[in-house]
Amino acid sequence: MSQENRISGGQIDRSKTWRFTFDGVSYQGHPGDTLASALLANGVRLMGRSFKYHRPRGPLSAGSEEPNALVQLRSGARQEPNTRATVAELFDGLEATSQNAWPSLKFDAMAINDRLNTFFTAGFYYKTFMWPASFWEKVYEPIIRRAAGLGALTRQEDPDDYDKGFLHCDLLVIGAGPAGLSAALTAGRAGARVILADEDFRMGGRLNAETLEVGGQPGADWALGAVAELSAMPNVRLMTRTTVIGAFDHGIYGAVERVSDHLAVPAKGKPRQTLWRIYSRRAILAGGATERPIAFENNDRPGVMLAGALRAYANRWGVAVGDRVAVFTNNDDGLRSAMDLKARGVDVVAVIDARKDGDLLPGVRHLKGAEVVDTAGRLGLKSVTIRQADGRTETVAATALGVSGGWNPNVNISSHHRSRPVWDEGIQGFVPGEDGPPGLTAAGAAAGVLSTHGALAGGQAQAVAALADLGIAAKAGDLPRAEDAPVSIVPKWYVSGGKGRAWIDPQNDVTLKDVKLAQKENFSSVEHLKRYTTLGMATDQGKTGNVLGLAVMAGLTGKTIPETGTTIYRPPYTPVAMGTLAGRSRGKEFKPFRLTPSHKWAEEQGAVFVEVGMWLRAQWLPRPGETHWRQSVDREVLATRKSVGICDVTTLGKIDIQGTDAAAFLDKVYANNFASLAVGKCRYGLMLREDGIVYDDGTTARMGENEYVMTTTTANAVLVFRNLEYARQVLWPEMDVQLISTTEAWAQFSVAGPNARKLLQKVVDQDISDAAFPYMGAGNITVGGVRARLFRISFSGELAYEIAVPTRYGDALVRRLMEAGQEFDAIVYGTEALGVMRVEKGHVAGNELNGQSTALNMGLGKMVSKKKDSIGMVLSQREGMVDPNGYRLVGVKPVDPKGQLTAGSHFLEHGAAPVIENDGGWLTSKVYSPHLGCDIALGYLKAGDQKIGKRMRAVNLLAKTETEVEIVSPHFFDSEGERLRG
Amino acid sequence: MADTLHALTALGQAAPQTHQVGPYRIEERFDVALASVAIRKGRAADVTRAAQAAGIPLPEAARFAAGNPYSAFWVAPEMWFVEAPFATHEDIVAAVKPLFGDAASITEQTDAWVRFDLSAPDLGPLMERLCNVDFATAPDGFATRTVIEHIGCYLIRHTAGAVTLYGARSSAKSLLHCLEVTAAAVI
Amino acid sequence: MIINHPILGPRDSQEFVYLGSAELMNRPDGMTTGVEAFHNWLYNRDNPAGEHRELWYHEQGDRSWLVVTRNTVTHEIRSVELARDVAKAMGRTK
Repeated sequence: MSQENRISGGQIDRSKTWRFTFDGVSYQGHPGDTLASALLANGVRLMGRSFKYHRPRGPLSAGSEEPNALVQLRSGARQEPNTRATVAELFDGLEATSQNAWPSLKFDAMAINDRLNTFFTAGFYYKTFMWPASFWEKVYEPIIRRAAGLGALTRQEDPDDYDKGFLHCDLLVIGAGPAGLSAALTAGRAGARVILADEDFRMGGRLNAETLEVGGQPGADWALGAVAELSAMPNVRLMTRTTVIGAFDHGIYGAVERVSDHLAVPAKGKPRQTLWRIYSRRAILAGGATERPIAFENNDRPGVMLAGALRAYANRWGVAVGDRVAVFTNNDDGLRSAMDLKARGVDVVAVIDARKDGDLLPGVRHLKGAEVVDTAGRLGLKSVTIRQADGRTETVAATALGVSGGWNPNVNISSHHRSRPVWDEGIQGFVPGEDGPPGLTAAGAAAGVLSTHGALAGGQAQAVAALADLGIAAKAGDLPRAEDAPVSIVPKWYVSGGKGRAWIDPQNDVTLKDVKLAQKENFSSVEHLKRYTTLGMATDQGKTGNVLGLAVMAGLTGKTIPETGTTIYRPPYTPVAMGTLAGRSRGKEFKPFRLTPSHKWAEEQGAVFVEVGMWLRAQWLPRPGETHWRQSVDREVLATRKSVGICDVTTLGKIDIQGTDAAAFLDKVYANNFASLAVGKCRYGLMLREDGIVYDDGTTARMGENEYVMTTTTANAVLVFRNLEYARQVLWPEMDVQLISTTEAWAQFSVAGPNARKLLQKVVDQDISDAAFPYMGAGNITVGGVRARLFRISFSGELAYEIAVPTRYGDALVRRLMEAGQEFDAIVYGTEALGVMRVEKGHVAGNELNGQSTALNMGLGKMVSKKKDSIGMVLSQREGMVDPNGYRLVGVKPVDPKGQLTAGSHFLEHGAAPVIENDGGWLTSKVYSPHLGCDIALGYLKAGDQKIGKRMRAVNLLAKTETEVEIVSPHFFDSEGERLRG
Repeated sequence: MADTLHALTALGQAAPQTHQVGPYRIEERFDVALASVAIRKGRAADVTRAAQAAGIPLPEAARFAAGNPYSAFWVAPEMWFVEAPFATHEDIVAAVKPLFGDAASITEQTDAWVRFDLSAPDLGPLMERLCNVDFATAPDGFATRTVIEHIGCYLIRHTAGAVTLYGARSSAKSLLHCLEVTAAAVI
Repeated sequence: MIINHPILGPRDSQEFVYLGSAELMNRPDGMTTGVEAFHNWLYNRDNPAGEHRELWYHEQGDRSWLVVTRNTVTHEIRSVELARDVAKAMGRTK
């Protein structure tokens, strides 16, 4: 029979019937249903298995606090584990499957754990998987991993997109129940910018689940009217399906909007979810309260639910969870559940009331001073055993049991800054503490005010107060009439006696016994209790179980509940998918790309690109017939050394430095002297950190009396600029220096090789003969009339220039250079060939600028001028850093030209064991030099400058290589620099 | 003298392109020259005087001011980016430098940036997905640096329906992609 | 966190880069200060639980270095100043 448990009424659209499946069985439901309400309507109570004991479970709640009814939604790549059926919005064609059960939900082999429960007590993992240690990785962990965990990942890529966004408001109202709606109305009417966010797909909060009247109409109808008024206000933003997940510093809140989760597939281009960062000036927490259970034997069977949830299913969704319902309560709200169910025609077989006093409910069997001591029914509740006030027990047939242990205000968000909530004796619950996030106040049930009138009044009052802080006058208008019943509750946490298990945290299978054992073994502080028993550590974070657990612990230790205290509340309020946090930053879009000006041209040539930071640079450019990267790289190196090669060096940082103190400024930030640099010349400079370590190098050109162009390494362009601003603003604030980055403004190419000048002369408009443009010259020229800059600098050791044109002309320039270079067999080389040539020339780069090395280590000690105060100068002279036997940059060649070098190898004397005491240093960079016909490397060797000509071993224990090497000068190529000056 | 060089837009095309996603129009601009103007120490009065004489607006912090041929927006204390038509001011430094003499440091910025002009009846829904600027309450003429999908950008709000973005030129394709997919998500 | 920039108003701390204690502004003169004093300046600083003056750089903004007085326990920010103004007031020159 379809929807056998559906009764009349509720906020579902019965004009439409949707089909959905659970574990392959087809069911029907309606728009407005959740998966849980629809399954319950179809008589399905069993929805999952518990984490540890694999106990059969049905929903405990009707909201986001749900610990039990966790299912896998959808199939294929969109399959999502651990989805709470109680908040999963039904859509036509929804597919759900149970999890943590094999071979089936009704017969789960792992339920053997339930029989073995005496072994799986608190601290089980700590006690069992301790010894022997070697078992951990190979035996215990695989066992635990297989047995534990709930749903399974698909291991397929998530096909959906996730967006991020930023919102700003005067007042953020978290929760759209009576308190939140009242606050939003008050603020909205006052003209404030308001955001009202609610996790539900329908605003109204508990009003949707109640029969209570507001302003003379059903509460749900009043909520509809309030929402209609708010949606007409341009200054109010209503966000349904939006969970505020955390309170961060200074009024920043995180919120997840489930944009498309209620659809089978997101609409084209639309995200599945959006992560909002909300900047609010003030916020009101109106997140309501969560009912908590009472622990008694076998209180976890499908059909045992929170009493308020039973009532919500009946009132909001038109579902009677069982045909015979009992209610177990310690407070008046439980009675309300019983009466609401009765009013809907449900057979209420007994109301078991832990309180001895008070009036009896009319027309139902109301047992005072009674308690539930046990239940029966393997896959679903069949009967309830009651112990009456006089000690008599009786068993009553029931298919649903509503339990109400009182309501816990949802204080989570107000405690995200570590504020400890405060115990309220009157409601037997924690309410927000005084030292919550600045700017946040609580209203309604979240503040411990549990009546409808109290919620409406609190929301209004908090809104008026919050806006007054902002200088916005809001009126406290007349409130609609609503119930204002006082809270009547007696503390009742668990039912004592009995040998079976009574669940506190059903998702992690933490029972009363576990808490008792933890206390016995002295894990009685709440934080220890949590870790030892895993109480509250499941996906529901103990929303229903935590307060119950700590109340039990308080009883055991003889402390009060406030003395016992709560654990720390942390974001997120409910689970958030990793994809939501990543947003669009994943896969190829993990970060933006930066493309060089010659990218298009290089792509046409079939270049192989490499990521250098965010840049894509040509690594090598294969020619037809080349099948191995080394063929391409060797060719590029040899062609450059023989004639001429071109390389896009735009990625190097460029910083324009101007001002009358620019020269003095450079003297501060570079270790070597710059004041003496003449206009029209450039110089290599070394930058130190204040601790004396070299962190960057590059050439800086003096383009005019007070104008310089600095270059930095590609990697450090941003850092150098930051440090220059620091030096200019903070260290020497009176200097006349202006800075601006020009990295991207100019397309810059290195043109290197014996024919570099001949090639360039064909392209530029001016005379660049050696006389007109000597070594280390710099100046403004033109290329085809386009303004350009020329620097005669070399990284390769060849006669070389760097030529720059405005970036838009970069593509044209590389094409022009290649065209003009045809007669010289010009080639373009990539970063690999660049690396080979710089090692051949003995220039340091990233591997040598390793954050540990000084100028002295690099053989550049003389560059650090002690005649001026520059950053890092003083501390570079520290005792340990000027050790004459410290590391020095050396060149390394294999003794046998066929011998192979491995970067990262360590220098060892002949016969020395490969142990740290004998370590002489290491190979930093290794390349194959086609010029020399063998592997070569640079390295840092202790006292290396005294060991030129020495033979040592280069040992790499990881790569299992050992090569006999000769220590040589790091300048493998043209050590006199004749080519540069040619 | 050799032939002149042909230019490519930041998106690698010979001419700028316009992209339309629903009501959102994303227009690459290739016809604006840009230079930074920074006051040298103690020369604020000279710079103000020179700018007034030349008709170069130097708006207050976080503002853009339009003019002809020069417009400008504030980028940092004592520094502005000055815009001028590319056709007449390709060598913008050569044009602006004489106006200020040695009172200001002038640096060409034209090709450091890709410029996208965004327009729609209301750009609010797009902007709130892109960056943390409170676009709705920002006044017309608001100019700020911000971050859009990891890319540092200058954002100028001309009106609620017209925005200029300057983003790092090398990331033009990534920025356009971000603008397009985000626009598609909000239509 | 929100840093109330003296020129630009409230800005998200995500736009900033953090350096460390504002004590770093007291860089000694390298020509007249020995290694030991320099070492003390660079490495020996307080790490208070409470009010802390610290340097932040508005990298994704106007590139101002700021001196932010922040409580490291509550994250309350009591004042924000332009580091350049602070440096000048301290008597730092060229």
